Amino acid sequence: MQQMIEELATTAQGDMVINVGPQHPSTHGVLHLLITLNGETIKNVEPHLGYIHRSIEKMCESLSYRQFIYVTSRMDYLSSHINNHGCALCVEKAMQIEVPARAQVIRVLMDELTRLASHQLWWGALAMDVGALTPFFHAFREREMINDIMEETCGARLTMNYMVPGGVMFDLHPNFQKQVKAFITHFKGRFAEYDELVTGNIIFQNRMKGVGYLSKEDALSYGCSGPVARASGVSCDIRKWYPYEVYPQVQFTEVMETEGDCFARYMVRMKEMAQSLSIIEQLIDHIPEGEFQAKTKAVLKLPKGEFYSRIETARGDFGVYIVSEGGTTPYRIKFRSPGFSNLSALNHMAKGQKIGDLVAIMGTLDLVIPDIDR
Amino acid sequence: MLSLEHITNAVHQWLYGNLSEGWALFAEFVIIGVLAISLFSILGLVLIMMERKVSAYMQVRIGPNRVGKKGMLQTVADTLKLIVKEGLTPDGADKFLFNLAPFVVMVVAMVILAPIAFAKGFQIWDVNIGVLFVTAVSSVSVIGILMAGWASNNKYSLLGAMRSGAQIVSYELSAGLSILCIVVLTGSLRITDIIAAQENGWWLFKGHIPVIIAFVIFLIAVTAETNRAPFDLAEAESELTAGFHTEYSGMKFALFFLAEYVNVFIVCAIGATLFLGGWMPLHIGHWQGFNHVMDYIPSSVWFLGKTFFLIFVIMWFRWTFPRLRIDQLLNLEWKYLLPISMINLLLVTVIAIAGWHF
Repeated sequence: MQQMIEELATTAQGDMVINVGPQHPSTHGVLHLLITLNGETIKNVEPHLGYIHRSIEKMCESLSYRQFIYVTSRMDYLSSHINNHGCALCVEKAMQIEVPARAQVIRVLMDELTRLASHQLWWGALAMDVGALTPFFHAFREREMINDIMEETCGARLTMNYMVPGGVMFDLHPNFQKQVKAFITHFKGRFAEYDELVTGNIIFQNRMKGVGYLSKEDALSYGCSGPVARASGVSCDIRKWYPYEVYPQVQFTEVMETEGDCFARYMVRMKEMAQSLSIIEQLIDHIPEGEFQAKTKAVLKLPKGEFYSRIETARGDFGVYIVSEGGTTPYRIKFRSPGFSNLSALNHMAKGQKIGDLVAIMGTLDLVIPDIDR
Repeated sequence: MLSLEHITNAVHQWLYGNLSEGWALFAEFVIIGVLAISLFSILGLVLIMMERKVSAYMQVRIGPNRVGKKGMLQTVADTLKLIVKEGLTPDGADKFLFNLAPFVVMVVAMVILAPIAFAKGFQIWDVNIGVLFVTAVSSVSVIGILMAGWASNNKYSLLGAMRSGAQIVSYELSAGLSILCIVVLTGSLRITDIIAAQENGWWLFKGHIPVIIAFVIFLIAVTAETNRAPFDLAEAESELTAGFHTEYSGMKFALFFLAEYVNVFIVCAIGATLFLGGWMPLHIGHWQGFNHVMDYIPSSVWFLGKTFFLIFVIMWFRWTFPRLRIDQLLNLEWKYLLPISMINLLLVTVIAIAGWHF
C-alpha cells in the first residue's frame, strides 16, 4: 500500500503529482483528476471516473418505457428536462406517436427555460472558479425565478419529470404565461449586468483569452459537442441539423465562435442565453390550444429493433439508444452523454497551462459529473 | 476638550511619579501588551463582521442575522467554536514549525501596530524610522506563511506558500516605492512628522498626480501583500482548496484568519496615515471657519474613518474582481507597477526639490 501511494505521488521523472478531487471545490462534484505538475505548469491531467456511477443504463433495463425516462433526470441534473425529452423522443420515434402541437410548444418552452437556467448556473460557477464570488449569487437570483416557474408547472424544481411519451404529463398552469413574461422582462435587465460584472472585466478576459485552446479538428476527433464544439467552429446544433418538435418554425441562430479558447466558449454560452430568450419570446404568445398529450396505451411496447434519437441539451449532443426485443422493458439502453466526450478533451487543452487555467478550462467545459459517470 | 493624548500623558506621568523608572517602563509594557492583544481580537471580530455584511449586501443577501442583535455576535460565536475545536497536527508535519507558524504571522501583525498613530498623541512608539520599521517588519510575515506551507507536508500548502512568497516579495517593492514618495515629500521617516506635514492638506491632494498614482499603486500592492482577492493566490480556494493553511484547524487556523484581517487594518492605517493625513482633520487652505469646525471632530474618529474607508475599498475589490493567474500577477508587478512606481518616484523627487507641491 505504502509503495502504491508513493508510486502515485511521484512519477519516474520526479514530477509532483497532485490529486484534485474527488472532493475539491472546483471539480463541481466527485471528479478525480490526477495532475502531473512541473512547478505551476501542468504536464498531464488524468481524469479518474466512477465515483458516482449508479449504473443508470442497467437500471433502465428493468423499468418500463414510461418509467425509465425519469431516471435520466438524475444524470445531467441541470438539464434534466431536456434529458427526459430526449428519451421521450426516442420512444415516440419507435412507436410512431404523433405529439400534439400544444405539447410540442410546451416542451420547447420548457427546454429553453431549462437551458437558460443551466447556463445561468454555469455562468455563476465559472465566475466562482476564477475567483469572483459575487456573480454566483446574482446568477442564482435569476435562476430562482425559473425554478419557481418549474415548480408551479411541473411540481418540482430540479428533477421536473414532466415529459411522458406522447406529450407532457399535465397541462400548463394558468399563471405560466404571466410568470414567464415577468421573468423575461426581469432577466433582460439583468443580462446586461452580467456583461458589466464579468464579461468586460479585464482580469476575467485575461484569464479566459488564449487559454485552453481546442482546434476544430481536435474538437471533432474528441467528439465534443454543444457549446464546447461550437466555440471551436464546429456546427453541431442538433436543433438545426436534426430538428425536432417546433424548432424548424422558430427563428434562432446557431451561435458559433472560431477562437476555440475559454473566452470563445464563454461567449457562445452567453449568446445562447440570448437566443433561448428570443425563442421563449417567440413562442410564449403562440401556445396553440388543444391536447397536451397524445392518446397512448397504458402499457407501451416498442417494436423489435434498435432506435436512436438525439437532442441538444445545455451541454451538447445527448443521444438515447434503445434496443428492444418487443417487450415492455428495453433490452439494452445506452446514453451518449455530452459531458463525457467533452471531458476527454481536458488533457489536450490543459497541457502546458497553469493550475489556475485548469480550473478555468473545467469551468468552461461545464461538467456535470453525474452526467459523465451515469 | 478631552482627547486621548491627555489620558496617555496622565497615565505616563502617574506611573513615573509613583514607581521607579524600571518598574514604570515595565508597567507601560504590560498595559500596551494588553491593549494590543485586545485591539487584535476586537479588530478581528469587527472586521470579519464587516466583511460578512459588506459581501452580503454586494451579493443580494442579508448576511448573518441570528446571533445577537442583527447578527452582531456571530463572529464571537464563531470564534468560540474555533477555540473549542481540536487543533489537529498532521502525522507527516514538522510539528515544531507547524505550530510555530501561526504565531509568527500573528506576532508580526501585532508588532507593526507599534508606530501607528491612532489619534493625536496616541501612539505606542514614535520611532524616528517609523515607515522603514513598518516595511521591514511586514516582510517577515512571509516567513510565517512559508513555514506553514512547508511544515504542513501537503502539496496544496506548499504550492500556496510558494505563490505567497513570490507574491509578497515582489509586491513589497512597489509598496515600498510608493511609501518612499511620501517620505521624499516629507523629508522624514517618522510617522508624527509625516502627519504634521499634512496639516494644511493631505498629501493625496497636495502632491499632484504623481502622489495619486503612488496611492493607487500602494492600494494594489498592499492588497497583494495581504493576500486578499483579486490577489489571493496563496489560498485560491478553487485551485488549492485553502492554500498554505489547508492543514490548520481550530484556533491555529483562526490565528491565520485574524492575522489576515489585522494586516488589512494595518496596511489601510498606513495608507490613511501617509496619503490621507492620519488623524489630521480635513483642512482646506485658508478657510479658517471650515478648518475650525473640522477640528471639533475627534482625531481618533478621523483616523478610524479614513482607515475603514480604505478597508471598505479593499473589501469591495475582493467581492467584485476575479482572481489573477500567478504569471499574470508577477507580470503586473515586474512589467507595469515597478517601472511606473520608479518613474513616479523620480517625478515626486523633482516636485519635492522644486517645491511645486502645495
